[in-house]
Amino acid sequence: MTTTATEQSTTVDDARPATPRDRLPLLLVPLLALIALPLIGSPTTWVTLTIAALAMGMMIFVISSGLTLVFGLMDVLNFGHGAFIAVGAYVAMSVLALFPGLTQASSLPLNLAGLGLATFAAMLVTGLLGFAFERIIIRPVYGQHLKQILITTGGLIVAEQMIHVLWGGDQKPMPLPAGLRGAFTFGDVNIEKFRILAVAVGLVVFATISLVLNRTKLGLLIRAGVENREMVEALGYRIRRLFTGVFVAGSALAGLGGTLWALYRETLTAAIGGEVIVLVFIVIIIGGLGSVGGCFIGSILVAMMANYTGYLAPKVALASNILLMVAILLWRPQGLYPVAKR
Amino acid sequence: MADPLLTLASVHTHIGQYHILQGVDLTVPTGEVTVLLGRNGAGKTTTLRTIMGLWPPSAGRIAFAGQPIGGLPPPDIARRGIAYVPEQMAVFSDLTVAENMTLAALAGPPDTARLEWIFGLFPALKKFWRSPAGVLSGGQKQMLAIARAIVEPRALLLIDEPTKGIAPAIIESMIAAFAELKRANTTILLVEQNFRFASSLGDTVAVMDDGRIVHRGTMGDLAADSVLQSRLLGLSLDAHA
Repeated sequence: MTTTATEQSTTVDDARPATPRDRLPLLLVPLLALIALPLIGSPTTWVTLTIAALAMGMMIFVISSGLTLVFGLMDVLNFGHGAFIAVGAYVAMSVLALFPGLTQASSLPLNLAGLGLATFAAMLVTGLLGFAFERIIIRPVYGQHLKQILITTGGLIVAEQMIHVLWGGDQKPMPLPAGLRGAFTFGDVNIEKFRILAVAVGLVVFATISLVLNRTKLGLLIRAGVENREMVEALGYRIRRLFTGVFVAGSALAGLGGTLWALYRETLTAAIGGEVIVLVFIVIIIGGLGSVGGCFIGSILVAMMANYTGYLAPKVALASNILLMVAILLWRPQGLYPVAKR
Repeated sequence: MADPLLTLASVHTHIGQYHILQGVDLTVPTGEVTVLLGRNGAGKTTTLRTIMGLWPPSAGRIAFAGQPIGGLPPPDIARRGIAYVPEQMAVFSDLTVAENMTLAALAGPPDTARLEWIFGLFPALKKFWRSPAGVLSGGQKQMLAIARAIVEPRALLLIDEPTKGIAPAIIESMIAAFAELKRANTTILLVEQNFRFASSLGDTVAVMDDGRIVHRGTMGDLAADSVLQSRLLGLSLDAHA
């Protein structure tokens, strides 16, 4: 019954599905864009808004992707996710301030190096914070949703107050590095340079997460754990370690997302996490709790809706996203890509 | 009787306020199929889950290959060579058949020759190898759940009601597959309510009632004694025969 390693032909790659996945939700993105075009009227404005929405969507995705996995895998309602967004943004701001030579230089590579350094620091700090948060705050309340909501909300409040203590309570500027200011102009369409960077970062994060989830055994474990934690343990895997790893990764991604979000706004306060968290929860509900693919599409849809309605009827921008969520849940009550759970 | 591979001595299990197992004494001989029979709610599934560590025992001793395993976490128990096939099959619907098998192979990618042997037992799995497990029929999911348990050689299989809700034609192929596993000297603790299925495979039998073992013996003796069957299992036996 034994064979050599060279004879072993079944790999994770071979195991990927041959049958096509459900692609219907993908059509919602172009559909929403096409519906918005006649309402907006001007094709130039429409293109600008759509590209801005893609950038915003990517940032929301970066923030949400970790949270949806945390919920799907660990069944944890983490209302404290906003803390990682805010801490990441503040750490990045501090690192950027330490290296003005990098951020204010007229060289784009130097600017990107400075930004990379700040992002790395933000992800490192939020990852470590996530590790402590999971061990101290989340672990005692696994399986107890009400306590999770209370204690993670408390964690968020404490984190915000700690930010006030460490960095002060006033609004902070978060200027873009010199090379990322301004816009590229294509005809009448202006595309801000930072938005291109945000889209690129979002796509890289999506590709990386997809690669890990679909092409590695670690990814198989995460996907299986989202569906049935108990069976994963019965197969011989210590899922608690996986929980911690996913929580740390999710926290680090929130730190990255917080950095991008603060640069996008060019200012930040300790409440920055709380401001975006509503959109984040809408996204993970729309996408299907635990589904990274659904989270990706949901992020783009939410950002498009926010941008289009922000232009057409600013007063109903947030309400429009809640309506979007209601419409999608009426169509697919478990979200765009429901994850089978036991 | 062969040497015991698994021994339970006075095992008690509480689930919340409920006292489910009330002193279970059970021996599973090496290389044999031991069938655990009993009416619904007798404690059969709880026994398997307690052995697997999914519901830790509140008292008593569980020994596997001479080593105590009671109270160990499920991953540690699984890595000692015990595979578990739960009643609800618990295949990962969003993963392909191949991914389910890959995940169950702890030592690396599944062995090709062993996979071919498994495909011989359950040909449908080869056909749906790259399909999500969620698209399989109930019988095919059960086959996958069993195949996952044997993707690598295991010392002991704990299998909970594999024929429940399965079409008769599939049950026939499952009997053949289990017979092949038996020929390969696989030790199995099988919870089953289908007496024909159980009696065709079992070497030894234990009957549970109210969280205790109330009868132990050979399957041959029980199968030949209709009075004993009636006393221990009542009408539920005939209903499933």
